Amino acid sequence: MDFANAFSSDNLRFIFEGFFMTLKVAFLSIVYSFLLGSVVGIIRYMKVPVLSPILGVLVEVLRNLPLLLIMFFARFALPDIGIQLGPVYAAIVALTLFEGAMISEIVRSGLQSIDKGQIEAARSSGLGYMRTLWHIVLPQGLRRMVPPLVSQFISLLKDTSLAVVISLPELMNQSKIVSGQNQNYVIPILLLAAILYFTVNYALSLVAKRLETKIV
Amino acid sequence: MPDFSILIEYFDFYIEGFVNTIYASILALLGSFLLGTVIAVFRITTVKPLRWLGTVYVEFIRNIPLLLIVYLFYLVLPMLGITLNGFISGTIGLTVYTAAFIAETIRAGIMSVPKGQSEAALSSGLTYVQTMRYVILPQAIKIVIPPLSNQFINLVKNSSVLSVIAGLDLMYFGDRVAGKTYATFDTYIFVAVFYLVLTLPLSYAALILERRLAKHS
Repeated sequence: MDFANAFSSDNLRFIFEGFFMTLKVAFLSIVYSFLLGSVVGIIRYMKVPVLSPILGVLVEVLRNLPLLLIMFFARFALPDIGIQLGPVYAAIVALTLFEGAMISEIVRSGLQSIDKGQIEAARSSGLGYMRTLWHIVLPQGLRRMVPPLVSQFISLLKDTSLAVVISLPELMNQSKIVSGQNQNYVIPILLLAAILYFTVNYALSLVAKRLETKIV
Repeated sequence: MPDFSILIEYFDFYIEGFVNTIYASILALLGSFLLGTVIAVFRITTVKPLRWLGTVYVEFIRNIPLLLIVYLFYLVLPMLGITLNGFISGTIGLTVYTAAFIAETIRAGIMSVPKGQSEAALSSGLTYVQTMRYVILPQAIKIVIPPLSNQFINLVKNSSVLSVIAGLDLMYFGDRVAGKTYATFDTYIFVAVFYLVLTLPLSYAALILERRLAKHS
């Protein structure tokens, strides 16, 4: 183990560049997958004819495939049908589709957990379907969704490391390159990467706990 | 239409990967169930150092990527003179990672058994270990089976990281077929189908288990 040389300023800069790439890709994927997952989840909750069953099949397929495969697919298989994505976009597309499918199920079950009596009461007091959804179901459902959503976001952040296979220059990829220079770097560098991932995710999970106690 | 000749010509590749994926998942499930149970018991015992150890394990492992753990075993063990192939070190990594999640599931199961039961068992003369073994764990297991089945589905999907360290799993062989045929799109479609053959029935079974349990309670 050679901590001093492993943590040379060049190596650190290289790794932190990767860390920022991880944060960037994770942040964008969280935003996109949350939007996608909410739309799909609400469509499936409302049981929109035709659209809902088709989305249901897509969600089941995506949820039951390894993310690694979806990443490979986005980067290396899509060019076969004329869609060329660079590593950053391929990673974001794959993460958005996979985590979006997961999130749509969280949203759907969150909405379904709202007591039917509330909807009946709102409807019979004259609120339309959309207004009932917007004012009664969504605000309550959203609160119940917060804990599972945050743990899904933590998964997403960890899952960005799979983009190693499509050579996205993120934290895992850069750590692997640096630790490949010298056998003595392996433990220090992997430890550093672990601490960086841990710090962000643990902070997220603390926020989740806060929110949970505040809401319930 | 996908080109089925890719499937037929390289069928042996797919099957070998498919079987190895199942092996890795089952081995890791058994291993992480044992390790996870031990850690879950650590987390609820009154012995402070063990409790601390359990908490650190769960919190640390759950918050770092599986791939990092797999790399660690793959790169560090050879430095200690232990040479393992990608399949074995990958399966060890999977086990260590999944154990943290299973520990939390089992802990939740143990906590859901009413406290009166362990008090009754202890006051009727059973030791702590006996209470766990004969009274608490058998009841907890029933509660944790549905969430455990979900963990198993995750395991099957997560086993694809073995491909990154030449772990001879389905994803690895899919990659090799893609490299040979250059028909990336079709090859990955077939790989996806093989994964779905494993995970979809498991998901369905997990759903049924969950519903049945919800009905009984």
